[in-house]
Amino acid sequence: MITRRFLEAPDRRGWIFLALLAAAAIIVPALNLFVPSTSPLHVSTTTVALWGKYLCFALLALSLDLAWGYCGILSLGHGAFFALGGYAMGMYLMRQIGPRGVYAHPVLPDFMMFLNWKELPWYWYGFNHFPYAAVMILAVPGILAFVFGWFAFRSRVTGVYLSIITQALTFALMLGFFRNDFGFGGNNGLTDFKDILGFNVQSTGTRAALFSISALALGLGYLVAQAVVRSKAGKVLIAVRDAESRTRFLGYRVEHYKTFVFTLSACMAGVAGALYVPQVGIINPSEFAPANSIEVVIWVAVGGRGTLIGAALGAILVNYAKTQFTIGMLAPYWLFALGALFVLVTLFLPRGVLGLLPRPEPTGVPCSTSGPPAPKLRSAAGSPPVQPGGGEHASVSRPGAAAAQPVLAK
Amino acid sequence: MAAPVEWPRAITHSLLYLDGVTVSFDGFRALNNLSLDLAHGEMRAIIGPNGAGKTTMMDVITGKTRPDTGEVLFDNGSIDLTREDEAAIAQLGIGRKFQRPTVFDDHTIEDNVLLALKGGRTVGRNLFWRSNGDAGRIGDILSTIGLAAHRRRLAGTLSHGQKQWLEIGMLIAQDPKLLLVDEPVAGMTDAETMTTARLLKDIAQDHTVIVVEHDMEFVRRLGVKVTVLHEGSVLAEGSIDEVSANARVIEVYLGR
Repeated sequence: MITRRFLEAPDRRGWIFLALLAAAAIIVPALNLFVPSTSPLHVSTTTVALWGKYLCFALLALSLDLAWGYCGILSLGHGAFFALGGYAMGMYLMRQIGPRGVYAHPVLPDFMMFLNWKELPWYWYGFNHFPYAAVMILAVPGILAFVFGWFAFRSRVTGVYLSIITQALTFALMLGFFRNDFGFGGNNGLTDFKDILGFNVQSTGTRAALFSISALALGLGYLVAQAVVRSKAGKVLIAVRDAESRTRFLGYRVEHYKTFVFTLSACMAGVAGALYVPQVGIINPSEFAPANSIEVVIWVAVGGRGTLIGAALGAILVNYAKTQFTIGMLAPYWLFALGALFVLVTLFLPRGVLGLLPRPEPTGVPCSTSGPPAPKLRSAAGSPPVQPGGGEHASVSRPGAAAAQPVLAK
Repeated sequence: MAAPVEWPRAITHSLLYLDGVTVSFDGFRALNNLSLDLAHGEMRAIIGPNGAGKTTMMDVITGKTRPDTGEVLFDNGSIDLTREDEAAIAQLGIGRKFQRPTVFDDHTIEDNVLLALKGGRTVGRNLFWRSNGDAGRIGDILSTIGLAAHRRRLAGTLSHGQKQWLEIGMLIAQDPKLLLVDEPVAGMTDAETMTTARLLKDIAQDHTVIVVEHDMEFVRRLGVKVTVLHEGSVLAEGSIDEVSANARVIEVYLGR
């Protein structure tokens, strides 16, 4: 039943998106691995790695869109969940290095040797096992989001105040992770990875596989998000976004819905970060930088807030533009271009790039705003025709004056 | 445990019982020792000039505002509403229509009613919720409020009057024990006002209703007991003709 729930959710546009992802997941690695590099059809390993990164960003944008686009939670700290997932993966990859590090210690990563640490901190335990790391990739961002959300939403922190404290959250984490004694490699972060699940991280095959997995993760993330927003709970989320206190007066515990969607979104962001790290080969505290999180908001806005697919496309589009921009002589102007893009999209494309396409849902009944409501209601409620001209009541709140009139219908 | 409290009969037989409720905002007393007693199945109109405390009273009943002092008891005095929050009070069976119509603009009309429909309110229930049998109930409600032909339209495209009706429809869908209806005919044409009066009287046949309204003609049309509020307390109570003839009421309204 749950499978059906997932599969019936996407609309036509959703299926196209999923089909494209599936095609990319198969064709791109194939063109990279099996087509000789002399052929014009060959996709270089650099390109595979680059687009794999874009796909991780797309999943991050999708996760933010779930919280922001559907529930109005403008998180300016979503990069924190991405980075935490990335660190969890990084810790696993560090433990896989084993004695191959510079200091050749069988357990301790190089940076700990460098700091003269004698034993592994307790929170590094278990990360040599992939299943444990996989659980942590979901659990660490999830639990942080749950606890943070629980307090923030229960105290009814909303709007710009919420945005500011999410920004403070990621900033505080950045400062923490920059410290050497925090135990995550300080400002160098975690790098020099060797193996993932026994495969060489650097090898072409592993890179191609990571690309495919990123595409699959994005597709899966989309299916989950889509199932949530299409469910009745998703309708409640939109209701919360548009009229929070009204939703509360209908008996919905708004804070529960917000905490749920925020936590789910953080878990998805964590997965995105975890897939990102082996593809770029490093995770360091700059991933927590507030500017990164703000950039994610721009991706979502550019693609189209509250569309899921738009968020993913926005992330790919903006990052592709960023790559093109920053390899040429225009590099110093990228941030100006990004800022201008955000302003222009906000002004001229409030529904993002995806808003340029016609809206998919058929509305069924033509939307005339000036329908003749009154007669319809009257016939439905079965009341007699209304006597015109009883307009005296326009001067309200005057019982004295009203009492002078004859009592009308009873 | 202490001996069971002997509540006065007025409490144990009323759906809603307010006693000595006082609410102050920065020294201004929005409600001043307000007492009100509403029987099961009753329909009550509440009138009063601006600032009389009508909306604040609704806020207190629905948990939006906590009273400084006083008792707010629901369902034969069995529930102390001052201890509950908005969502809990709504789940207990108190529905509210706001002064300014607030519907979910980005949802279709049927989804607006669906969200209001009595039923599970938890995240888990609604994640795996499947429509069964709700369509009929939604259809009934939409015909009652005259929006059946528009069920797939977005609520944001409705006219002001239609939004008011949709909100009343959402109240019906909640099937609450007590309905609080704040200025249901504000901004409506005469024809719409009369239809609304009929609609509310229909609802009042099997619900307890409080209607706050400025429109005297509308209140007269409802033909129910009227409570006049003034400066946060009850000034007069009785039929519309009685309160209209009340010297203090006339003074308060005309003396302004």
